Amino acid sequence: MNVINFLLSAISLGTTFIYGSTGEILTEKAGHLNLGIPGVMCVGGASGCVALSLMYKTGMPPVLILMIAVLATFLGGALMGLIYSFLTVTLHANQNVTGLAMTTFGVGLMKYMMSGLKPIRYLYAVDYFRFPFADMKNSLQYCGVMMLLGFAIAIATSIVLSRTRLGLHLRAVGENPATADAVGINVTAYKYGATCIGSGIAGIGGIFYMLTYSGSQEAYLSVEALGWLAIALVIFTLWKPYLTIFGASLFGTLFVAGSFIPSLGITLDMSATPLLKMLPYIVTVVVLVVTSIRNRGTNQPPASLGTNYFREER
Amino acid sequence: MSNEIKKTHEPLFHVAKRDSLSPLKGLLIRVIAIVVAILLCSILTFFLIGTKNPFSLISTLVDGSFGSELRIWRFAKDLAVMLCISLAVTPAFRMKFWNIGAEGQVLIGTLASISCAFYIGDAVPNGVLLVIMFFASVVAGAVWGLIPAVFKALWNTNETLFTLMMNYVATYLVAFALIKWTPDGSSTLGIVEHGHLPEIFHPYLLLIVIVGALTLGIYIYLYHSKQGYEISVVGESQKTACYIGINVKKVVIRTMVVSGAICGVMGFLYASALDHTITTATVGGLGFTAIMVSWLAKFNPFIMIATSALIVFLNQGSSQMSTAFNISSAFPNVIVGIILFFIIGCEFFINYRIKFRKSKGDAEK
Repeated sequence: MNVINFLLSAISLGTTFIYGSTGEILTEKAGHLNLGIPGVMCVGGASGCVALSLMYKTGMPPVLILMIAVLATFLGGALMGLIYSFLTVTLHANQNVTGLAMTTFGVGLMKYMMSGLKPIRYLYAVDYFRFPFADMKNSLQYCGVMMLLGFAIAIATSIVLSRTRLGLHLRAVGENPATADAVGINVTAYKYGATCIGSGIAGIGGIFYMLTYSGSQEAYLSVEALGWLAIALVIFTLWKPYLTIFGASLFGTLFVAGSFIPSLGITLDMSATPLLKMLPYIVTVVVLVVTSIRNRGTNQPPASLGTNYFREER
Repeated sequence: MSNEIKKTHEPLFHVAKRDSLSPLKGLLIRVIAIVVAILLCSILTFFLIGTKNPFSLISTLVDGSFGSELRIWRFAKDLAVMLCISLAVTPAFRMKFWNIGAEGQVLIGTLASISCAFYIGDAVPNGVLLVIMFFASVVAGAVWGLIPAVFKALWNTNETLFTLMMNYVATYLVAFALIKWTPDGSSTLGIVEHGHLPEIFHPYLLLIVIVGALTLGIYIYLYHSKQGYEISVVGESQKTACYIGINVKKVVIRTMVVSGAICGVMGFLYASALDHTITTATVGGLGFTAIMVSWLAKFNPFIMIATSALIVFLNQGSSQMSTAFNISSAFPNVIVGIILFFIIGCEFFINYRIKFRKSKGDAEK
């Protein structure tokens, strides 16, 4: 029982990464490395909370509140994506620098927005975000609709990318925008679309962590660190959204391992906690190295990743 | 097949790359961008916070950095720290190696220094201790830069994420050390009594002098040395570098060691001249800000003095604002973020030219 509880907790924390990584994969498939994902997730989460606080005690049905909150979160993230794509796609700004500025801005904006909200005005929605398992006492409570939504988005994104014309065009844009442009694909529209939708999805990851997984008023302070891991997970999963489900569960396992091991009856020295927390990062490094050594053709990032496309530059 | 000739519609404007822009015009565009950004932020704060007049943001910004002698010294100190970390990341960036691990490299340097002071501080005289601390920090920082560089050179491992992960490893190592060093379980280390740099005239003066010398040194290294030239060639085109006989792998590794070592120097300065202690937040995100400072300066050490000053001015001024208007301490980040967006965006107008469609009359002439 204890073990199942632990695994459920790990998978549900991992769902935060599923949202973040799926969003980032979508962006990267269009050839843009968005290092602003931590900021995007923060702003998304904060927008959701603002929407919730506006609906506080209005007597709306919970389903509607949940849907509007998720939509607001999506829009908040997408708006950040819009800023990013305006700067990098239209104004050809350096992607790394823009992304880092987005993170600075996003984390600041979130803390500013959250400092103006009374926790009670958004924490009431925790029960809705954990629907239908809100009354459970164990980790099953995190495994409601929001987690399924994350799984569904990851799988749907995979199908769209690999099985539809839309996905084919998007991958073409990411691999070689000049060629895609030559065959009549609207490169700018694809880049904008993928970045904004991807950022919107990543934003939902922010509110998932804040309300479904954590449900506490300090939760928003850890969203940034999770966002960085979501970016790392993209490489871990070799740019395949459905693999994020497994990768994210593994990351989640490493994350909650620190709090789980003592419950097995093994007593750990207090100094072991930081070392355990270091694990996800070391595992990421190992995976990075292993994937780069194997260097298979199919496991590579989109060829034009990180470079901006300017039509007149041949 | 239809023989109908499609009428083409010429767009209102099109974008073309500029050949070159005089430095003066480039500067002008940047200044305009910053002024517009600050004006926008003033209006924003005016509406959001309800300050007395729209310009109180600007006066608070100036007051925050230059309002008193203490604040001017603090400004100079922060400028020196910012500049030092920015200088550290620059050699790697000129090589197009996206090292975002300055945060961890500085932190591990500080940890090395503090460890020396903590364990052997009693046993050796202060002068010897300082030398040991310095070398420990430089080596620690260099190793933190060396690890990702080796993998980059051998297997082209993504350096951005590797260096990012190294930040967290460094952070948790510090957390680990703090638990070991504080038996009471508070994880806060007080001031370490040993290994302080001597104070000359003012606590911050020595720091400023050291960073000044470093700026000159890095400038000479990058612009007037063979190694600096090799870095530029590798950054421009690895194939060219190979062709003219530069060992790219060697240059990548060597440059990252230099970057890491300078971060280590900053770590040493944190331990010996500034904080004399360590927390997981000693560097406080400056490693990331340094990337933007360095990029804004086009990787030129002297221009970097100006860009560091700008960022420190904005940071300090806007934290002054958060105390003056009693608002969340996160608001400064929002302001700095908006201004950064403008500065990043204005590069477009420096590199590209917008050509508007000529009106019919012009076209016929």
